[in-house]
Amino acid sequence: MLDFGWMADHLDDLLYRTIQHIWLAGIAVGIGFVISFALAVLAVRRRATYGPILAVSDILYTIPSLALFAALVSVTGITLLTVEIPLVMYTLVIFVRNIATGFDSVPADVLEAANGLGYTGRQRLWRVEVPLAVPLIVAGLRLAVVSTLGLVTVTSILGDSFGGLGFFILQGYSRSFPTELYFGAVPSIVLAVAFDVLLSRVQRRATPWARPLMGTTV
Amino acid sequence: MKAVSLEFRHVSRRYADLVAVKDLSFEVPAGKICVLVGPSGCGKTTSLKMVNRLIEPTDGQILIGGRDIMAQDPIELRRGTGYVIQQVGLLPHLTVGNNVAIVPRLLGWDAPRIKARVDELLALVGLDPAAYRDRFPAQLSGGERQRVGVARALAADPPLMLMDEPFGAVDPIVRERLQNELLRLQEQLAKTIVFVTHDIDEAIKMGDLVAVMDVGGVLAQFGPPAEILANPASDFVARFVGADRGLKRLSLTCVGDLNLQPPGDDFRPRPGQPLVGRRATLKDTLSQMLDADVSAAVVVDRNQKVLGVVTYDQIAAALHDGGSGAK
Repeated sequence: MLDFGWMADHLDDLLYRTIQHIWLAGIAVGIGFVISFALAVLAVRRRATYGPILAVSDILYTIPSLALFAALVSVTGITLLTVEIPLVMYTLVIFVRNIATGFDSVPADVLEAANGLGYTGRQRLWRVEVPLAVPLIVAGLRLAVVSTLGLVTVTSILGDSFGGLGFFILQGYSRSFPTELYFGAVPSIVLAVAFDVLLSRVQRRATPWARPLMGTTV
Repeated sequence: MKAVSLEFRHVSRRYADLVAVKDLSFEVPAGKICVLVGPSGCGKTTSLKMVNRLIEPTDGQILIGGRDIMAQDPIELRRGTGYVIQQVGLLPHLTVGNNVAIVPRLLGWDAPRIKARVDELLALVGLDPAAYRDRFPAQLSGGERQRVGVARALAADPPLMLMDEPFGAVDPIVRERLQNELLRLQEQLAKTIVFVTHDIDEAIKMGDLVAVMDVGGVLAQFGPPAEILANPASDFVARFVGADRGLKRLSLTCVGDLNLQPPGDDFRPRPGQPLVGRRATLKDTLSQMLDADVSAAVVVDRNQKVLGVVTYDQIAAALHDGGSGAK
């Protein structure tokens, strides 16, 4: 049976670990997004780089996470860097693919018109291509956030200072104490679902033009 | 802004293994519509895109109002030139109003001026600003989108407009209406317009001047439509304008342009005799005469007052008056 008394005693730990969980995932998603955005722009602007960029991010994704965390410890020690390098790497494949596909989804006639109207390259990127790629970019963001929130639990193998909610899972498992295991597992699932729902709202909000019936009030 | 002339001087565009446009020279006077027409692969769209430097010529010069385009900044050149394409290319994430406002915004106009201009242009192309300003392109019909495309191209009052098969993607009825509206607009605005189409009938209808182009980017003939129909310069042009070019010439002239003799006061149209307005083309008039199996039609004004009678012989004679046509 679950020990609710133990749970009640550890609510402040739960809060701390939840914040840590979001923080560790947030750093990875943020850095991964910026790197991927730059790579996706490069891939779309210089077509020759498209294949290699996607191939490299695919290969990175195939490296098992546990092995990578363990291997990095000998290089970067038990540090935030060791936590974030793999997390960022795994976001790349999701982000690069989605952002590049997003840019590719902008219709050719729209780009031609934008050029003909006199947008500069930079204006076209920020005022035309990015807004139109938003649905796929946000779709990538949802995937990356959910998968990174999952992976953060694995970082608990790097010791007590990391792991987010994974800390409870690992502790509960090694002490054969199911209460603590569920105390980490259930909130980490709730967190992932909550972010997914939140971002799906954002996705719909960000594309008012994609709803043909809206605005035809007559 | 006052219209400007456009001149192509020995313009060529070569790619690695093919020539898209070959030694193209012609001049469009300010305020005229020049139609580039020809089969696919004749380089008409390439020629058009060279004017605003979406494609750069490999040889020759293009002058707008006497100024070489290669001496101008391409971004400024494009902002100062209207551009309409077949698929319209409205930005789907911007409302109709914001689409029309694109070039004024890029040029840094202030908000009240932009708003006033957007409403003026929507009204000009026949769209009620209050009803259309805040809609998204996905909420418009094909014809409405094309109107917005024209309004957007006119936004900064460019002296020169480039139109690449602007009515190619709409159905024939809408196309004819849009063609007529553009001609009506042109009477008011008197822009210099370069218009690309593959449809010879559209070329004849829209053009003050027509450039017939052949595969390989060669200019086959350049001149007013009536002249091209009356005296095709080559077999290619004759084939391209069609065996019915005589009938096509009839469509260039209205019965009102003929020297009509007012009939006597006691004249009454016979039953079944077709009545036509003075703006009816000779082609339509002839068609009605053939349909009614009579040899003359009666020309009437708006109040059904008889202005004269048109006969087969007069129509045939009009074709041989040097093919001057109404344009």
